[in-house]
Amino acid sequence: MTEMEVWNNKRELGNLSEDERKIFDQLGLNESSRRKFLKGISATSLSVWAATYFPPEVFASAAAALPDNPIKLVNEVKVNLRINESVKSLNLDSRTTLLDALRERLALTGTKKGCDHGQCGACTVLVDGKRKLSCLTLAASCEGKEITTIEGLAENGELHAIQKAFLEHDGFQCGYCTPGQICSSVALLEEAKRGEASYVTDDLREITKDLTLSEEEIRERMSGNICRCGAYNNIVQAFKEVHSSDDEMPTWEFATPEQMENAKSS
Amino acid sequence: MRPFTYTGAKNKEQALQSYSPTSHYLGGGTNLLDLMKEDVERPDQLIEVASLDYKKIFQNDKGGLTIGGMLSNSETANHPEVRKNYPLLSMSMLSAATAQIRNMATNGGNLLQRTRCPYFFEASMPCNKREPGSGCGAIKGMNSLHAIFGYSDSCIAVHPSDMCVGLAALGATVEVQKPDGSTRIIAFDDFHRLPGSQPEKDTNLMPGELITAIHLERPEFSEHYYYLKIRERSSYAFALISVAAGLQLKGGEITKAGLAMGGVAHKPWKFKEVEKFLVGKKPDESIFEAAAELAMKDAKPFEGNTYKVEMGKKAIVRALSQAYARKS
Repeated sequence: MTEMEVWNNKRELGNLSEDERKIFDQLGLNESSRRKFLKGISATSLSVWAATYFPPEVFASAAAALPDNPIKLVNEVKVNLRINESVKSLNLDSRTTLLDALRERLALTGTKKGCDHGQCGACTVLVDGKRKLSCLTLAASCEGKEITTIEGLAENGELHAIQKAFLEHDGFQCGYCTPGQICSSVALLEEAKRGEASYVTDDLREITKDLTLSEEEIRERMSGNICRCGAYNNIVQAFKEVHSSDDEMPTWEFATPEQMENAKSS
Repeated sequence: MRPFTYTGAKNKEQALQSYSPTSHYLGGGTNLLDLMKEDVERPDQLIEVASLDYKKIFQNDKGGLTIGGMLSNSETANHPEVRKNYPLLSMSMLSAATAQIRNMATNGGNLLQRTRCPYFFEASMPCNKREPGSGCGAIKGMNSLHAIFGYSDSCIAVHPSDMCVGLAALGATVEVQKPDGSTRIIAFDDFHRLPGSQPEKDTNLMPGELITAIHLERPEFSEHYYYLKIRERSSYAFALISVAAGLQLKGGEITKAGLAMGGVAHKPWKFKEVEKFLVGKKPDESIFEAAAELAMKDAKPFEGNTYKVEMGKKAIVRALSQAYARKS
């Protein structure tokens, strides 16, 4: 039985603890609606904590049913979207951005709408392996392209190395920019392997593959993802750890059970 | 966003035939879709052309390089031929926007970017470029980001592209397909225009013309190049002032110079007179300072952007010095 099936069994048999039931409720996996999750007072802290507790499939299946057909489509276009290795066929208003198709039609709400004007990077997804802004991409132009969102980065129940590093290094505070930061980081790993340059690269004429990026390079290349909380130091550290394969010292650590007890009793 | 019909053009012919004066070609969409969301652009049809097969980079018969109009900015800036022989173009392109936006933006679309003048973007404000005859909010308003060269009574907006400043310094031509299927070549300096009494027109493109290629001249500034971009934060912002500088040196003398400035006019501002002045001179700081004085002598700033004159001089000296200092 997979981890996911274990959880589903527990849920069906009503064997969830109070805390677990609440989380399933908030993820929209129990009776209560997805709206409740969206209105949840602390959705981010929930998902960050829950990520260490539940397998990624729990989040992937958190997509509550959305209406198949919106009330009215103007200038309808039919698009086959390849998202996270599955094909979705949608009839859309021609104005629909990739971001709105993901969030409002496919319930893939991991991709976030920040500014909706290409100024923040929260909506970053991978299109044919390249990082792009889903808020300024028309869904109609994505026919035949391979789209990867934050929901599609984990493989076989394992978080992507960048996702793990963000957890380890606390690469967020509120978490809203995080899916974009992570997708952007995943693409940057490949850009460095291909030897792509940036504005701060010393000599553009010197072309080598498998670059080891300096902190200055990482900051310049990640400048398309704005973090209002200013978690940049930890984001850079998380990226560096995966990029260089060297352990970076996290600036924090989980409390031990003993420390937790001491804190409670003090 | 207002409704529009969407046409995914399969080839050049279909794109040209689908065109009507109220439609718009769609490249990467990084500027156009934003403006449509703001209700500044209101096309009734979008013709997607970014998928068309104008994505190659190859040697042209003039000893230069031809760059496809639909290739993305990041693929262009990172192409080995461009990095090796036209690093000034790469550097200018890499200074622009972010990795995400450069992955989306096409080369043709980059040339057609609209100004980031805040009055142009805000539909409730007067702007002759957006709404001809409505007036210019910037002339007596907030004009710290505006032009100091070549403006008119009707518009003081600046062109936002970095790539175009690089192209102006290098020298290039733009190839466009006309609606009748024939081809037209436009010198880069004639591609963008000054506002005059028609600021609604950014370029000299005719309705329905489609950019398919940019032709670069024989490489001359591959060793001594620098693109200096000064902005309010160190990345992901438009230039207050930018300078593209290229030098060719022989026996301790400048044999050719390319110099253009961004953020100061309705088009990339090429300093032809200064380029000539530098030829035959020995490169040193005093010559660069003299070049900077000459470049900025006709600048006429507004209340909010007087800083651009002094900043422009310093930027020219710095860009030329950096270009010269590169090891050859």
